[in-house]
Amino acid sequence: MLKEIMEKKKVQVKKGKNNRKMPKVDIPADMFTKCPGCGKGVYRKDVESAKKTCPNCGKLFRMSAVERIALIADEGTYVPFKNDIKHADPLGFPEYEAKLSKAAAASGLPEAVVSGKCEISGEKAIICVMESKFMMGSMGSVVGEILTSAIEEATERRHPVIIFTASGGARMQEGMVSLMQMAKVSGALAKHNEAGLLYITVLTDPTTGGVTASFASLGDIILAEKGALVGFAGRRVIEQTIRQKLPENFQSAEFLLERGFIDAIVDRDNQKEMLAKLLKMHK
Amino acid sequence: MNAWEKVNMARGADRPTSQFYISAIFDSFVELHGDRNFRDDQAIIGGIGLLNGRAVTIIAQEKGINLQEKSLRNFGAVHPEGYRKSLRLMKQAEKFGRPIVCFVDTQGAYCGVGAEERGQGEAIARNLAEMMQLKVPVISIILGEGGSGGALAIAVANKVFMLENAVYSILSPEGFASILWKDSKRAEEAAEAMKITASDLFELGIIDEILPEPKGGAQNASSEMAERIKEKLENELNHLSRKSEDWLQKHRYKRFRKF
Ligand SMILES: [Zn+2]
Repeated sequence: MLKEIMEKKKVQVKKGKNNRKMPKVDIPADMFTKCPGCGKGVYRKDVESAKKTCPNCGKLFRMSAVERIALIADEGTYVPFKNDIKHADPLGFPEYEAKLSKAAAASGLPEAVVSGKCEISGEKAIICVMESKFMMGSMGSVVGEILTSAIEEATERRHPVIIFTASGGARMQEGMVSLMQMAKVSGALAKHNEAGLLYITVLTDPTTGGVTASFASLGDIILAEKGALVGFAGRRVIEQTIRQKLPENFQSAEFLLERGFIDAIVDRDNQKEMLAKLLKMHK
Repeated sequence: MNAWEKVNMARGADRPTSQFYISAIFDSFVELHGDRNFRDDQAIIGGIGLLNGRAVTIIAQEKGINLQEKSLRNFGAVHPEGYRKSLRLMKQAEKFGRPIVCFVDTQGAYCGVGAEERGQGEAIARNLAEMMQLKVPVISIILGEGGSGGALAIAVANKVFMLENAVYSILSPEGFASILWKDSKRAEEAAEAMKITASDLFELGIIDEILPEPKGGAQNASSEMAERIKEKLENELNHLSRKSEDWLQKHRYKRFRKF
């Protein structure tokens, strides 16, 4: 399934991008990409081969859930959990359904999180990976359900859980039902915690709102990627409240590390090794 | 009344706030201050009171009634230390086997520099997880505004009640309109679409019961409203206090697991 998704995605990338933005007509546009950090055009190939890092400034590009699993899980060990993806539309919100289809097409996934079991350097774990390309990784009832069942499964089988967060927060289109997911997922984690089991979160860009205010902040060990935006309130909301500009690094992973809210910033070259090490220490 | 009118009533200057209900419902209230770490957040009133002789822990969001008090209480917008004070008092209640009653009335958790620096997200998250595990009965009542995660952080309860004209929402209607429609002036329309009134939320199963308000709103006969809340609390606590710790935990988990 993983391979399928990846292949499908490749095709989509080729089809989806047109090359009008690039000045040189003789080079296919998808050879290049613009770095969100330094703004320079860089070879896509170079970015991909460096685990999605800008060769020019070191900025981390966002990874898709599929790419993340490929980075972390031992080859061939990831088995996705079967999930019943029945979308609820409790508000009967205009165009929500169309938005979901569009998000599915953009991300190649049925929802904003995937879950499954895998091995990481031989260590068993249940992992959930959020997908920012699906409605900015927002958490509605299906995302809450996928996470909760994965955590419950982990508690039952006495497995550690690793969650890679990437989310703008609770999904507005499902109203209060989205808000309730915060309590639901946190409750499942509280039980996992009570059973004496390990929960690791890896905060990736961006992690905000209701996700920060629930499972992202509950890890026994909280790791983050450098430069990731992590916070509760949106930057603009805070600036409006206090009527002044915020410093550039406010709500960055580095800021949180300094303030004592995360354990470590881990680069992509060492991420798998670090997780494996921590899993081994908690056997 | 439509949803927007209810938003305005819930925010109304004459709407009775938590401090009124605390003094009207409980005897011998003793306020307990501080999170033992940073400061006392006055957007939350915490303490112990007697409900017809039964000791209960009370956690209440308080907006303040005059301008001076409102500013002291940050208009009911809670900082991380307010949630940490709440959790401290809830764990204390658990230690002594006291039931917990929470009054919700906030536009939301405070969005500011200090709040972020001191881990607003972590403070709320911790409350959600810890409240789910409490071994004593927890009842939360939405009195006025229930704003987002800032409200939920004291509303992971066995029973969640809501005053007839209160609202409980994922975000303020203004914020919702500005995020989804890029136009905060469409707040009235947003309030309708968001399903934030007691009757909408009862239908969705988000709340367990609606507490009817006196004609025209709680401000018109506040003592009557307090009496109604008191009676409800007594009945529910009589019922919940007979349950085992395990039952209470499981009941709370199931209540939220269903969404
Ligand atoms: Zn760059």
